[in-house]
This record gives sequence, structure tokens and C-alpha cells, in this order.
Amino acid sequence: MNPEVAIIGVGLHPFGRFAGLSGIDMGAIAIRRALADAGVEWRDIQFAVGGSYEVDNPDAVVALMGLTGIQFTDVYNGCATAASALALAAQTIRLGDHDLGLAVGMDKHLPGAFSADPRNYACPSWYGEMGHFITTKFFGMKINKYMTDHGISHETLARVAAKNYRNGVINPNAFRRKALSEEEILNSAMLNYPLTQYMFCSPDEGAAAVVLCKAEKAHLYTDTPIYLRASTVRTRRLGAFEVHSPWLPIEETVGATVDASRAAYELAGIGPEDVDVIQLQDTDAGSEVIHMAENGFCPDGEQEKLIAEGTTEIGGRLPINTDGGLIANGEPIGASGLRQIHEIVHQLRGTAGERQVPGNPRVGYTQLYGAPGTAGVSILSL
Amino acid sequence: MAQVPLAAGLFSWPSDDPRLLGSECSACAMVTFPSQDSCPRCALTEMVSKPLARRGRLWAWTTQNFPPPSPPYAGASGKDFKPFAVGYVELSGEVKVEARLMETDPAKLQNGMEMELVIVPLGKNTDGDDIVTFAFTAC
Repeated sequence: MNPEVAIIGVGLHPFGRFAGLSGIDMGAIAIRRALADAGVEWRDIQFAVGGSYEVDNPDAVVALMGLTGIQFTDVYNGCATAASALALAAQTIRLGDHDLGLAVGMDKHLPGAFSADPRNYACPSWYGEMGHFITTKFFGMKINKYMTDHGISHETLARVAAKNYRNGVINPNAFRRKALSEEEILNSAMLNYPLTQYMFCSPDEGAAAVVLCKAEKAHLYTDTPIYLRASTVRTRRLGAFEVHSPWLPIEETVGATVDASRAAYELAGIGPEDVDVIQLQDTDAGSEVIHMAENGFCPDGEQEKLIAEGTTEIGGRLPINTDGGLIANGEPIGASGLRQIHEIVHQLRGTAGERQVPGNPRVGYTQLYGAPGTAGVSILSL
Repeated sequence: MAQVPLAAGLFSWPSDDPRLLGSECSACAMVTFPSQDSCPRCALTEMVSKPLARRGRLWAWTTQNFPPPSPPYAGASGKDFKPFAVGYVELSGEVKVEARLMETDPAKLQNGMEMELVIVPLGKNTDGDDIVTFAFTAC
């Protein structure tokens, strides 16, 4: 199928901690960088979709950009917020409502694990009072079971985290830019067995923006359009093992990531064997391991060997989280998925600098996952 | 001092034979915990109350080594926080229930091990009563 939507510009405000800058300020900076990258002006933009958790109204960014009266839709969809923003922007172009628009994500979180009122997640209050309403515990439980069922070692978890910190060192936009040894990672404080402190990402601050246009008009703006071949969002089905579940049925089925991934491959007419560079949701090192299989890149259990052999490093056959992923960048929820897109676009253009995957990658893949069982997948190609 | 359950309708208490209180769909026999008004499988609203089995097998587990930030955690927090283990216990043919586990040593927890329901102290409420909740212990 001919591509219908092209990405012509990407922009990022670095991820980390920025006293004195609001989420909206960072959103405006990311937008200006994406516009400059695309070679278009704010007044050319016909519509926008904005994603955030902490910022009630991302569309307030128009006060900093210019009051041009455009259609601006705000979305929040947990850790898959940016995937929803991107999917909606692509749909708006495919439907023919507009030809040129942007998706932007921004956030400014306090340090520490996310918390909320359980009742807003359709969970009873007692679930929080009992100390169960916490995402990190779910990730600990899921990888602990996965390790038992599929023979994954603690060392593999440490290797994944160490790789992402190493990739962060060569990413000037990353939050964590210090290499950590596998020993330091394994010996840091145990938070949720088997996951230690340095195996987890942290909520932080940042923004990212993507300029999209109708594919057939992309040549007006750039010689290297990156086509968005699929952008899917799925929620959990009955029997999936998902975050914030006071109970699970006896019957079991695959998670939201698997559903979003299969749908994206089918829409794109592209299979996992065609993908050259990959971004996966590494809320923790265990999630990256599980998501390799859930997104079709290997059978369950093969990660142990693949990771030991360096397959997921920048120079490997399956380069994963080349910019350091969430572990090195942290997670400003609204922006996180558009950071993934930013990295893939640079990789496919061949402009990723020190992080460039060799061999002229042509197809890229991104995946987000979060509470309460929502996943987003995008497939991009030259 | 009185013992008060964490929430009404969660488990039978006081009782010599405490049970978790779930619900079952009259139409498709789907079991849920806690009880709810509609069936997550067939979406009908014909749920009836169902006391659940006391014994089951551990399906997945982890530990909680830092105080949960979710407000308000009813157990001791700050310096007095005690790490605990949590897991899903599969009650055969019924449901997998997420619960606190009495064993907290990772070396002693194993998927498939047999476990039994117990009612245990969690913390104190503002009246000074002991809040009790459900947990599972190896048996």
C-alpha cells in the first residue's frame, strides 16, 4: 500500500530536570525545533494534537506560538499518550481534513513513582490502602514470572540497563548520561524483586514534536520524508496480565502490546524481520526483554542469548533503544513516544551521529505500554 | 481494641472460616474478585455473590521494598515501613487474586506453591482500631 502520511520534521526539548521552565515552555521549544527541521512556519500548520499528563491544556502552547485559530486536540492516554497523539494526527491527514499538522507532547513530573487515586483507574480505594496500587510492582511481578517461565537471568536485566545507560552517554538530549556497570546495576537497592533501582526509568521533564503532512506533498518540504506506515493503539482484553489488576481471570490471553503490534504489522504490510531499528518501552529492564518477544522480534526466552551476544546494541542485528530509551531519558509521559519517533526519524535519515545504526536502516519501529493496559505501536520507513 | 476489615464486602469477617467474597455471572459463569455488578466477559448485569476457595497456588509474585506512594497506604509508612511480598494466587477454576503474601524472602517463594487465605493486621485507622486485610500464607 502507498504510504498516506509522511513525517517531515522532528524536534525535541532535552529530557531531564529544568528549573524555571514549564511543560508548556518546553512544548513550544520542541515545536519550534520541529518546524525548523521541516522548513515550515507555525502559520503554515493547519492542526495539532497535544499530549500531556501534568499539563491540563497542551493547546495553551498557542499563546507562545501564535494565535492562528487552528484545530488543536488534547489527549491523555497513560504511557501511550504520545502514540494516541501521533495516531490522531495521522488519521486527520488520512481523512483529508488537513494536509499539514503536528503532534506535540510535553510533561513535567515530580521525582518518584507515579501515584494517583485508584478510583480513577476503576480500582477500589482499598487497593491503594493495601499498598497494591503501584505500577513498579506489576513490572516486578511480570518479569519475575517471565524469567521463571522462559529462563532469563538477572544478569540479562543488568545488561539491558547497562546498554541503555551507555547509549544515553552518546545522546546529548538524554537525562542520564553516565555509564553504569552491570555490577552497579545489580547491586543497587532492590525495589520490586528482581528489579533494582538502576533497572527502572524515572519520571522527569521534557517535550517532543513531530510535523506530519500528506505523503504526496512531502517532496515540497524535504528530500528525505519518513513515512508513517502504521500507528495503532490497543487496550487490554480479558485474560491479559496487566498493570493495576486486583484480580485476573483463569483464562489467559496476550497483552495489549501484542494486539497493537500485530495490527500495526498488518496495516503496514511489514513484518518484524524487515525492521532495522527499534524503540521499545523500557519502563524497566525487564519490560525491554519481554517487549522484544511481544513485538515479534524473537521467541520467548531467546533474549537471554541475543542480549549476551550484543544483538540489541547499536551495531547489532536488532538495535533497541539506540538513544538510551526510557532508562536513560526518563519518562515525561506526554513526550516519551514522540522522543521514540524523533530517534527513529534521525536513524532512518542517517543523521543520528554517534548513535547511527550502520547499514542504512530503512524501517523503524516504536512501542509504548502503560497503565491500565494500553499500548501503542508505530512503524516508519524511508 | 476493635478489629475492622479493610473494606465491607471484601471477605467474611469475623469468621472461623473466612472467605474472600467474589461474584459469579449467572449467564457465563465468569468469576470476579471483588464482586462487581457487570460481567467483564459477557457484559450482562446478572452477577451473584460467591464466596471463594480458601486455598490456591501462587501464580506470580514480587516484593514491595519501598513505601507505596499511592495515598493513603494503610500500613506503617516512613521509617516504620516494612517491606512485603505480593502475588497472584490462582484459586482453581475460579479466579487469580492479588494479595499480600506472608513470606517475604524471595528464596522461599516459588510459583506453583500451595497457599491458604489468612486475615492479618495491616495498620490502624484514625480511631485507633486495627485494620485487618486478606493475605495468603504457604500451607
